[in-house]
Amino acid sequence: MSILTPRGIINSLLLIGLALVPFVTEAMGDSFYTGLISRILILSIAAISLNLLIGFGGMVSFGHAAYIGVGAYMVGIGAFHAFEDGIDWMLNGYVQLLGALLGSAIIALIIGAISLRTRGVYFIMITMAFSQMLYFTAVGVELYGADDGLSIYSRSDMLGLIDMSDEKSLYYLIFFSLLLILYFMHRLNGSHFGNIIRGTKSNEARMRSIGVSPYRYRLTAFVIAGTIAGYAGFLMANLNDFVSPDMMHWTRSGDLIIMIVLGGMGNLFGPLYGAVAFIMLEEVLSSIPLTVGGLRVGEYWQLIFGPMLILIVLYARNGIDSFLPGKARAS
Amino acid sequence: MNWLLLLEQMLNGFQLGILLFLLAAGLTLVFGIMDLVNLAHGSLYMMGAYFCATFTGWTDSFLLGALLAIPATLILGILVEVIALRNLYARDHLDQVLATFGLILFFNEFVRLVWGPIGLDIPLPAFLNATVEIIPGAPYPTYRIAIIILGFLVAGLLYLLVSKTRMGMLIRAGASNRETIGALGVNIKLLFTMVFGLGAALAGLAGLMAGPILSVEIGMGDGILILTLVVIVIGGIGSIKGAFIAAIIVGLIDTVGRSFLPEFLDLFLAEDSAATAAPAISSMLIYILMALILAIRPQGLFPPKGVGR
Amino acid sequence: MSADILKVENLIKRYGGLLATDDLSIDVRKGELHAVIGPNGAGKTTLIKQLTGEITSDGGTVLFDGKDIRRYPEPKRSHVGIARSFQITTLFQNFTVLENVILAVQSHHGHSFRFWKNANNDPDLIEPALEALRQMGMENRKDVVVSELSHGEQRQLEISVALATNPKMLLLDEPMAGMSVEDSTKLIATLKELKGRLSILLIEHDMDAVFSLADRITVLVYGRAIATGTPEEIRSNDEVRQAYLGEED
Repeated sequence: MSILTPRGIINSLLLIGLALVPFVTEAMGDSFYTGLISRILILSIAAISLNLLIGFGGMVSFGHAAYIGVGAYMVGIGAFHAFEDGIDWMLNGYVQLLGALLGSAIIALIIGAISLRTRGVYFIMITMAFSQMLYFTAVGVELYGADDGLSIYSRSDMLGLIDMSDEKSLYYLIFFSLLLILYFMHRLNGSHFGNIIRGTKSNEARMRSIGVSPYRYRLTAFVIAGTIAGYAGFLMANLNDFVSPDMMHWTRSGDLIIMIVLGGMGNLFGPLYGAVAFIMLEEVLSSIPLTVGGLRVGEYWQLIFGPMLILIVLYARNGIDSFLPGKARAS
Repeated sequence: MNWLLLLEQMLNGFQLGILLFLLAAGLTLVFGIMDLVNLAHGSLYMMGAYFCATFTGWTDSFLLGALLAIPATLILGILVEVIALRNLYARDHLDQVLATFGLILFFNEFVRLVWGPIGLDIPLPAFLNATVEIIPGAPYPTYRIAIIILGFLVAGLLYLLVSKTRMGMLIRAGASNRETIGALGVNIKLLFTMVFGLGAALAGLAGLMAGPILSVEIGMGDGILILTLVVIVIGGIGSIKGAFIAAIIVGLIDTVGRSFLPEFLDLFLAEDSAATAAPAISSMLIYILMALILAIRPQGLFPPKGVGR
Repeated sequence: MSADILKVENLIKRYGGLLATDDLSIDVRKGELHAVIGPNGAGKTTLIKQLTGEITSDGGTVLFDGKDIRRYPEPKRSHVGIARSFQITTLFQNFTVLENVILAVQSHHGHSFRFWKNANNDPDLIEPALEALRQMGMENRKDVVVSELSHGEQRQLEISVALATNPKMLLLDEPMAGMSVEDSTKLIATLKELKGRLSILLIEHDMDAVFSLADRITVLVYGRAIATGTPEEIRSNDEVRQAYLGEED
């Protein structure tokens, strides 16, 4: 990943731009955009983790939102018990973070262990079904608000590190997390482990014949991806001050896949571009000022977005990646 | 244990199973023959229900409304196949998933535009809106009985279609080995469109039958789609027989589990924790079942021969 | 220990009612190039798949280097020293030539639960990988992406990848299929160099290649071995002429 290529320069400019966001919005006097871009960055963290499975590993997991939900609920449940029952340690951000990481890792381990026994379309459907199981489980738990979810009255207490209730600090936590995860993914993809994951996507029969049984490696990738998504959930709960089953709904997993494809699969920065494009499209399409027959077009933006998605799949399969200079060698 | 309640819940389970089968049959055929993952199958179910609600309003008759809604969904299915999905058969599953996901977004928004955000009711005619005592002492809604009977009838017809007709022969050949139908010199494009239309009509039928029981609303197909996927995964993708058996099993376990799990948990847990855990656990039951079956048979119960992927 | 590296006895593979491999016995001596020939549908590729573990066998024993490996899963057979080339080119298409071979070396260099250090810059992997390419005369093509190689080059890379796992025995499934005359001449020369150091089981339709390379030949018809012997013995065997070679007159 040399920085001094046209592509590297564009990527660097994007990151520098993102680093400056809080100052720009402060100068504009409108902090709405800090929140919006925070959301984009969290979603891109989740999409980057999913890209390890889909883009690099060829494992089309359609349940990734579930791990975001698990991470988020750890924050919600902690805040709930701290608030309702006065159990103060449950507000401790480090405890919540540990819970979010461990919880999502364990659930990814269980779901992955079963799902990875299958291939192709079975795998898609099973990951989808398991995530929906978690969704219904959250809907079923009255204690934690069932359908309505939980409001978080106090954000994670990250004493000694940052003040999560300060939007600017939270933004930088998110931003630096993103940088760190991008770098981690860069290392991972080039490593021995990454070789196996990419090689298995490329040709599983050859992989087995040269002596590698891919299951353990794929399962490890599945757990890594799930854990990072759980971390994204931890951030998301703090940003939104709210968790609900809807975060885990299978259509949210679909959104993540759209981001990956929009950005161009199998390259490191793709999901970041994809998340930016996805949320921007949502914002732009839903604010189209045009009125047809008394109906505001923007209010029905998915009427445009749905067919657009089909056209992208059919005619612009490589997403934004194909518009960037230079060629990221998708592996 | 309340035996009357159990019997009643089992009937409800059959009824859910039948609806699931009607959905699963189309989805599993479309996958088996065209190798297409169609997430928008639930949207066709939803459209069937909305068509039925509208036509019932126009004609003032549920039966007429239903009879009109079936061909309407069939035509819609054919349109969707010809305009969008036909171009996706040769693509990988990820592309198909994304494009059909786009269709879901489109249809949900389309319904909101045309019918508004609030759900609709489909009123039942008097003769269906009654109860019969098929189990002495437990009156059971006539309409639900009608669903079960009609569902079995359709399942029977489908069986005859697949096992006795030329189209059925082609369908079976295609499900076990896609290349053979090409070799038979059949107009594949037409066969694919017909199969997709048939699947759409069955989904529409399921939707319009569910309409009067559940309410007709936006996104009604998204939830049941997942249950349908569970059914075809358990049954073995591409197998009608597998879809039927799995649909009934899933319908029974989901329905009976939901009503009896609380009682069952009471045996082990304190009453209040049983009451808290029961809804969460009962909604997990069928997924646990799926996990168990896949742990033993990763290809489902009845994988068609040759579809070993 | 005997002089056989591979000893297959009474091997069976059933597909429904059909016996694809019918009570087949064959042995390969250390350092020998043993060719298997037979008409289409004789079960040659099925035999290779059974030996590599890609498909399971329904009966018989497969002794490799003194161990019964019949129930070993495919990846484990690679680790006891069996390597193969595929009849239909099976490579990591979007990887470079060197990366393909590195992956094969890597899979025999301990586990790959290493998440940080770059694998494709690792001298421990690159050196043996380059050696495997050198043996096939491909080191000057190392940075080319596989999908941009010619067919003949891809066939050669198939063998390089197999060699990179440092095998005791090579199973080659029609390595010359679709190759130009020039390329196959080169490959024949290379195989002549390799044999002796390695044991090779070769399936090939090119009879000139088979008869110039093989130490022994086994003729397979309908999943059965009807004859085994030196090229001269096979050439003069009546049953073989009837069943197989006769067809070519």
